[in-house]
Amino acid sequence: MAEFWAAFAAAFDLIYGADDNLVGIVLLSLRVSLTAVLIAALIGLPLGALVGFLSFPGKKACVVVLNALMGLAPVVVGLLVYLALSRAGPLGVFGLLFTPMAMIIAQVILITPIIAALTRQVVEDLWGEYREQLTSLQCSTGQVVLTLLWDGRFSLFTAVLAGFGRASAEVGAVMIVGGNIDHVTRVMTTAIALEVSKGDLALALGLGIVLLTLSLGVNAIAYVLGEFARKRMGA
Amino acid sequence: MTKRNVPLQVKNLCFDARGIRLIKDVSFDLTAGSRLMVLGANGAGKSLLMRLCHGLLVPHSGTVQWGEGQEGKMIQQAMVFQRPVMLRRTALANIAYGLKCKGVARRSRRDIAFDFLSRVGLARLANHPARLLSFGEQQRLALARAWAMEPDVLFMDEPTASLDPSATHAIEEITRLIAEEGTTIMMSTHDLGQAKRLGSDVLFLHRGRVLEQAGVQDFFQQPKNDLAQAFVRGELLWWKKKKDLYPGGGIEQIPSDRI
Repeated sequence: MAEFWAAFAAAFDLIYGADDNLVGIVLLSLRVSLTAVLIAALIGLPLGALVGFLSFPGKKACVVVLNALMGLAPVVVGLLVYLALSRAGPLGVFGLLFTPMAMIIAQVILITPIIAALTRQVVEDLWGEYREQLTSLQCSTGQVVLTLLWDGRFSLFTAVLAGFGRASAEVGAVMIVGGNIDHVTRVMTTAIALEVSKGDLALALGLGIVLLTLSLGVNAIAYVLGEFARKRMGA
Repeated sequence: MTKRNVPLQVKNLCFDARGIRLIKDVSFDLTAGSRLMVLGANGAGKSLLMRLCHGLLVPHSGTVQWGEGQEGKMIQQAMVFQRPVMLRRTALANIAYGLKCKGVARRSRRDIAFDFLSRVGLARLANHPARLLSFGEQQRLALARAWAMEPDVLFMDEPTASLDPSATHAIEEITRLIAEEGTTIMMSTHDLGQAKRLGSDVLFLHRGRVLEQAGVQDFFQQPKNDLAQAFVRGELLWWKKKKDLYPGGGIEQIPSDRI
């Protein structure tokens, strides 16, 4: 039991002392996940908005597929990206395997469907409310998409945060395509997995605490934003 | 102050939903500068007819023919709905949005929007989120947004249906101002007093058919159609036994002299 508490104490020491190794891992994690979220949002938001407001044959199937992709298993994504980026794969020539870029690609594939599916729902509800008014004002299609995205901004920010939460917490995909190389592709989740198996609980716990705090922070922001939207904008 | 000739001619309009014919062979003219009140019970097809005219719905048969606007330009239309649709922005931005859709240059949008906001008495709420305004204020804002489009024809679908008398009065006053600028108004209402106060003409609908179109005075003093007579007397049409309304027994068997 004493060892258990000692691990916690050592973990707090690492965080408090801003241990180089720990800070490096945290910063790399943030760089990878934030870049992935940014790219996924640039693809997922307009994609979700178009599916939400256009009506086309096969739309229902499209929505089902999009929703199903939200639960994509990270290891499967990791495997597919690994195959694509490996020497023999179609994208092998770029030599991206075991680089942060490979991890970003895997996370983009993982969270784009989450952002797109949540956006689709938000935009579809909003379009139901706005359809007649915007048609009456003779808005162009581009204008409609921008309007729906802007007016759904608070809910959509929550969708993006959900994507970030998923990206920063997953381990399967980044482990496979990043390879958990020290100081190159070692992020919080892969480091925790490694340190636990090595028995270095202090670093694992330290990173775990940072990860939990991050998740708490993300949820707090989502909650505060939702309250703000409801009270101040009547959204 | 009439701006134009016949802005709208509707001929033999029919509209079906889920296999049921809801608008049946409707024909009428909307003359420029008139204030046409569309009257009828719930489900008579008032809202549908307005949406068909405005182009929000596509008819199954028949035509909605728009005339030419000022100097040969296309007729400008706008519509105000029973439940105001407020964008998640400030009151001012809601009007500015309409102006943007109309293609008004960015630098003049704010001033124009503020002008129209002042006209409906909402200037002090310019920077208020539109969705936090009261229902009456939202409807005034919706009317200001439609007005700012400077429409030749303004459709209003029961704009005062859930408003109290003072809010209704405000909407009626604004409608009058818009009409004075030469805008043709087509408005549906349940309120016979309102139709008398605002209207120049009446279109009486019953179960998807036009039973009477007349000047507002003629309609209220001596409606020709017996259903319209009952309506004007304030009788509840649904209360009448079907066989009294339709000696034939069915909706489709209204004797031709009644239509």
